[in-house]
Amino acid sequence: MEKLKYALFTGCTAKQSTPEQMMSTMAVAKKLGIELVELTEASCCGASHLQDYDDFLSLVLNARNIAYAEKHGLTMVTICNTCQLNTAMTKHRLDENPELKAKVNEKLKEVGLEYKGTSDITHFLYAIIDDIGLEKIKEMVVTPLSQFNIAPFYGCHNIRPSELQNKTHKTAESAYRPTSLDDLIIACGGQNVDYEEKNKCCGFHVELQAPHTAAVLTGNAIAGAMDGNADWMVTPCPLCHLKLDTQTHHASEAIGRDVELPVLHMQQMVGLALGCSPEELGLQHHLAEVDFI
Amino acid sequence: MEHKITTQKVNFKVFRFNADEDYLPYYENYDMEVTSEEVVLDILNRIKWDHDGSFSYRRSCRHGICGACAIKVNGRSTLACKESMNDMVDLFGSELVIEPLSIKRAVKDMIIDKGDFWEKHDAIHPFLISDVEEHPEHEHIVTPEEAEELNEADLCIQCGACHYACPVVEINEDYFGPAAFAKAYRFEADVRDDAHKERLEELHAEKQGVWDCVKCFECAEVCPKDVNPIEKITKLHNMLFTEGVATSNVATRHAVGFKHSIEKRGVLDEGGLVLYSEGPSIVKHIPVAFKMFKKGKIAMPWNIPTSDNLDEIQKLIKSSSTAKF
Ligand code: SF4
Ligand code: SF4
Ligand code: SF4
Ligand code: SF4
Ligand code: FES
Repeated sequence: MEKLKYALFTGCTAKQSTPEQMMSTMAVAKKLGIELVELTEASCCGASHLQDYDDFLSLVLNARNIAYAEKHGLTMVTICNTCQLNTAMTKHRLDENPELKAKVNEKLKEVGLEYKGTSDITHFLYAIIDDIGLEKIKEMVVTPLSQFNIAPFYGCHNIRPSELQNKTHKTAESAYRPTSLDDLIIACGGQNVDYEEKNKCCGFHVELQAPHTAAVLTGNAIAGAMDGNADWMVTPCPLCHLKLDTQTHHASEAIGRDVELPVLHMQQMVGLALGCSPEELGLQHHLAEVDFI
Repeated sequence: MEHKITTQKVNFKVFRFNADEDYLPYYENYDMEVTSEEVVLDILNRIKWDHDGSFSYRRSCRHGICGACAIKVNGRSTLACKESMNDMVDLFGSELVIEPLSIKRAVKDMIIDKGDFWEKHDAIHPFLISDVEEHPEHEHIVTPEEAEELNEADLCIQCGACHYACPVVEINEDYFGPAAFAKAYRFEADVRDDAHKERLEELHAEKQGVWDCVKCFECAEVCPKDVNPIEKITKLHNMLFTEGVATSNVATRHAVGFKHSIEKRGVLDEGGLVLYSEGPSIVKHIPVAFKMFKKGKIAMPWNIPTSDNLDEIQKLIKSSSTAKF
């Protein structure tokens, strides 16, 4: 098989508040024999907030990021649900609307770039499942996670709107009954926990303006996983991770019940199963202590 | 293509409750042979006609027009008269839970008290506000392009599916909700409407307005009419700035702060953004920030990366900005 190679859009969080996510991405890519070309020119995707202020500007900036992936002739891989949503949404809107694409390209021309629409955009979770395959992962597992009940937390922006998301990856995913992360847990030898909140929102995007709403949503999610007897949770999104890992105090207060679980990034889970060391995966960077290794 | 009708056994767990008689709701089991041609409403009808005449639900048009029949199947809001049984079984398997849109608002079986939905709907002034002359000299022309802007939002049938799928509606009782926002957008985007600013002011207000949306996209996912409320909410956010209604609060500073942050480094300065958004209120984040710092989760200003070719980003921000604050 030819070596898999992608253009990596790291997003901002992986370089700041979730350094462990960057570390584990690199460690897992190495184990899987994936080459990642980091898009060091990329700007922030706007995280849906710049979109609220200035939709057109956010389109231009995201189109610029994609244009760099196109220059490499590579599929763009994201490691954040919200990056995935905003980037894929930009691609979708430009590809569907030649007029808008021309307007955006008029701007990009000023800096010598062009958005062509030639690069696909996929989240690392789906790149692993689509391009490596669950069977292959199963074969590669050296430390099966068989003693763990693991609660998948999908995060909204990887599964909704499903019409858009299902265009970006081959694995068909239902927003109401997503399976990809469950399947990956099973491939890593773990026991997947089914619970109602696994495809719900963690509240991240209103953390500043509506802290109560945000805290209740986070609390419900962790409580749901705990009631499902989870030993820990796993998520493909660093923003969900921040919320579930660092906001447990507010979450507990908001729902009137002490909630906390170790929360792993999808890459850390795969890394553990593939035999990476806890240090390599940055497990020491969590607030909810990862004490089971 | 030949179309074959198939049948299969399905177990339905149906929510039953009569607010006048029951202290608590319960679930009744019905095992049925279901054909691939049926929709969920056919099942509700069969429960009523074949099993229990007292079973109650709303329906009228049977064609996805009146919006009366919205319920939840395995937690998913849907129009009973449009949802194919086949799709439901494909998605959830042969055990289906049938519930009203909102359990806490249940009155009788599938029937809920939708009062809060209508209150919110009324609160956004869901009509054209315009000084129409008594004897106009000519018609008020709306171009096809202008009409296009509001067509999608106009398709809402007020079924409430999105409203009761919205997590914020469940938590914050002041929140207008996705259907009311989509309706507000329908009039905000209408060139004949004169109440733009007044309506936008309501939509800007804390707790009830658009800034409390968590962007979960549940509303876009459930809407049987493809109204895409969250997209309309984003357009309303943009309008708040272009119409000059947005005032400085933590939410607007957060949105605007992204632009400043990107202009400075390309990559976001996370700490700087929170500081810019919160102002002096930043102190409330200090305990968590301190814990994060100890775990190596806070990048020092000198460690925050800067995008390569930052000059391109800055140039594009200059040339492509469409909003001011
Ligand atoms: S979503 Fe977050 S991590 Fe992704 S680019 Fe935007 S701000 Fe950065
Ligand atoms: S679950 Fe939370 S962080 Fe994840 S995508 Fe939804 S709001 Fe964003
Ligand atoms: S996107 Fe906003 S309005 Fe729509 S369901 Fe989620 S929180 Fe509610
Ligand atoms: S926006 Fe869609 S889901 Fe919401 S009330 Fe209208 S038709 Fe129903
Ligand atoms: S009965 Fe009218 S929409 Fe279903």
